[in-house]
Amino acid sequence: MSATPEPFLGVIDHTPVRHHILSVLVENKAGVLARIAGLFARRGFNIYSLAVAPAESGARFSRVTIVVDAESAPLEQIVGQLDKLVNVVAISDISPKDALERELLLATIKTDVDNRTSLLDIIANAGAAIVDVDAKSVTVMLAGTPGGCDELERALESFAEVELHRTGRVALPRLGKTASA
Amino acid sequence: MQLTGAQALIKSLEQQGVEVVFGLPGGAILPVYDPLIDSSIRHILVRHEQGAGHMAEGYALATGRPGVAMVTSGPGATNIVTPIANAHMDSTPLVVITGQVASGSIGTDAFQECDITGITMGITKHNFLVKSAQEIPRAVAAAFHLATTGRPGPVLIDVPKDVTQSMMDWWYPSTIEEYDLPGYRPDVPLDEDAIARAVALIDAAERPVLYVGGGTLKSRASAELLAFAERTKMPVVTTLMARGAFPDSHEQHLGMPGMHGMYTAVTAIQRSDLLISLGARFDDRVTGKIPAFAAGAKVIHVDIDKAEFNKVRHADVAVQSNVAAALLAFDAASATPRNLDAWWRQIRDWQERYPLVYEEPSIDGLLRPQHVIQAIAAKAEPGTIIASGVGQHQMWASQFWKFEEPGTWINSGGAGTMGFGVPSAIGAKVGRPERTVWCIDGDGCFQMTAQELVTARAEGIPIKVAILNNAYLGMVRQWQEMFYEERYSEVYLSADLPDYVKWAEAMGCVGLRATNLKEMHDVIEEANKINDVPVVIDFRTDSSEKVFPMVAAGASNDDIMVHPLQRGASK
Repeated sequence: MSATPEPFLGVIDHTPVRHHILSVLVENKAGVLARIAGLFARRGFNIYSLAVAPAESGARFSRVTIVVDAESAPLEQIVGQLDKLVNVVAISDISPKDALERELLLATIKTDVDNRTSLLDIIANAGAAIVDVDAKSVTVMLAGTPGGCDELERALESFAEVELHRTGRVALPRLGKTASA
Repeated sequence: MQLTGAQALIKSLEQQGVEVVFGLPGGAILPVYDPLIDSSIRHILVRHEQGAGHMAEGYALATGRPGVAMVTSGPGATNIVTPIANAHMDSTPLVVITGQVASGSIGTDAFQECDITGITMGITKHNFLVKSAQEIPRAVAAAFHLATTGRPGPVLIDVPKDVTQSMMDWWYPSTIEEYDLPGYRPDVPLDEDAIARAVALIDAAERPVLYVGGGTLKSRASAELLAFAERTKMPVVTTLMARGAFPDSHEQHLGMPGMHGMYTAVTAIQRSDLLISLGARFDDRVTGKIPAFAAGAKVIHVDIDKAEFNKVRHADVAVQSNVAAALLAFDAASATPRNLDAWWRQIRDWQERYPLVYEEPSIDGLLRPQHVIQAIAAKAEPGTIIASGVGQHQMWASQFWKFEEPGTWINSGGAGTMGFGVPSAIGAKVGRPERTVWCIDGDGCFQMTAQELVTARAEGIPIKVAILNNAYLGMVRQWQEMFYEERYSEVYLSADLPDYVKWAEAMGCVGLRATNLKEMHDVIEEANKINDVPVVIDFRTDSSEKVFPMVAAGASNDDIMVHPLQRGASK
């Protein structure tokens, strides 16, 4: 299996620019996610994807990466309202063109002798890895750009039974670029 | 020192300088009511939890200090949701303490359990579910800090019963760092560049208007406003939330803008070339149709809350600051508009042509509500505090009462909560007992929260209530008359049912009634003589009276409808 060059470099060409990435540092307290989700719901802001995990400072803070639809409301409004949540500690806004975005895709695909070869080709082309195998199925993993995950997802559509999960993206500014606070 | 959580809660309130708590006990909050007996804090026992919330609001609006309410879990907590929502809309500092079922029972649908932190998430500035007795002092200190700094608002503390029953080592946070609010930074340094750009806009203005909102009162900026306005000679309008921030008697004051604003206030904004918004938020009741609102004006938007910038109206210059600091900065830079003589000539012309008017009251006919308000005002002591419910009577009170100082107008602006009047008047009187407090109420509003007059009588809080009884849900009736072809749907209440005099007497108050001019003057005199018990006056008013001027919902402010008496006069 040869390593396939990564097809995307963080810029998601199919993602309209109206998507903005907010990297939000929050206190790791009960109900914080509900506060964020509730705010978006009541103000009519759309969330495109959301990823949450404990942040660098250990258990005290979490980082929430929210991809927002900046056409549902001006980004300034979204950031301004989000900033008023007392549990929100810091917000950085990473514009899509300055962002390095990654997400994780896991998919279990039923295969048989007839289609296993083409599946392996798809996996190899996508730069994905096989993480589990049994007689009738394989589970593959791709840690890649959202665009790369989209491509793999489309390629797997031809298989009869696919169970597929994606995490939503996390992001950092590209080197030399900064997020605006 | 070992204390129970309940003792720690009461002691924390004492540490905050709380002098009064409005509340009603119940199962989950029971432990807290025990140490309350030994506390210096006065407790006002309400008859419905909504009353506790509105009283705390009235107290806060009259004194500038945070209002405190305490209720039990479940229905006790949900009953206070309306005041919390009301305080949130009007940025009123409130600390609400709710009992909660024991920690181990949370999530089990226990008796009187409800997720009040979940329910109030969107209508509080912040809320806390306290997990241990040791955390109570921090939660209380943080709640008061949050409620009163930055853009003020309601904060709720939910305390499970086992938490108030368990023991803690007494401590109290002495620094803001100990509040543990890493995401809360209410103090924003003044943006000198924004100030400079604002000053440049002011210096170039020929038709400026100072659009004064509730934030001016919240930041106690009345003195700075008066100084700035007098130095620059700019006309001033005060929104419904800002009545009293600038003296109504001042010659530069054009009155209230908005849907039922003064013709001159509305029109001056429309024709202005610079609108200086001071703690106002471009509410739809002020702007009317947004694209048509002050279409030729540049906007300087001063607000402590940056989320208000560009929310409704584009700000040419946004100054994130409390109003007082921004005005001082404008003054320090000697911001001065151009010669305003022509602007003032235009304004005086509007004022002359379109003053506030209403039809002459007849000798024996039903009373004019506007006239009743003016008659009360004529016999009122200076500094009288006016509370109101929501509807026609509220608009008339705002239009016809002359407010001269902050804290004298207690009303529900953003939420428009009917029934706000009586309990908020009680709260205001508790906070400023030396002042006369009149509640100008409607008959519909009165029926929603009148039971709190029992509280007022029992606690010795002698407010005066003027019911402008027109037998209708008057504002809805006005809309049905004007916009629904006089098809009156479910707005008739009857002037005689209930009998307001008997009801007042049953609640231990003095009940009076006025059906004509002579009686009107007599009962006001009589009410003014009573200072030991609450007084309720049933003023029988003409139900056909409508509030004018009026801008129809969604219409341009240019299409303001003046009083029928003034129609036909050329604009």
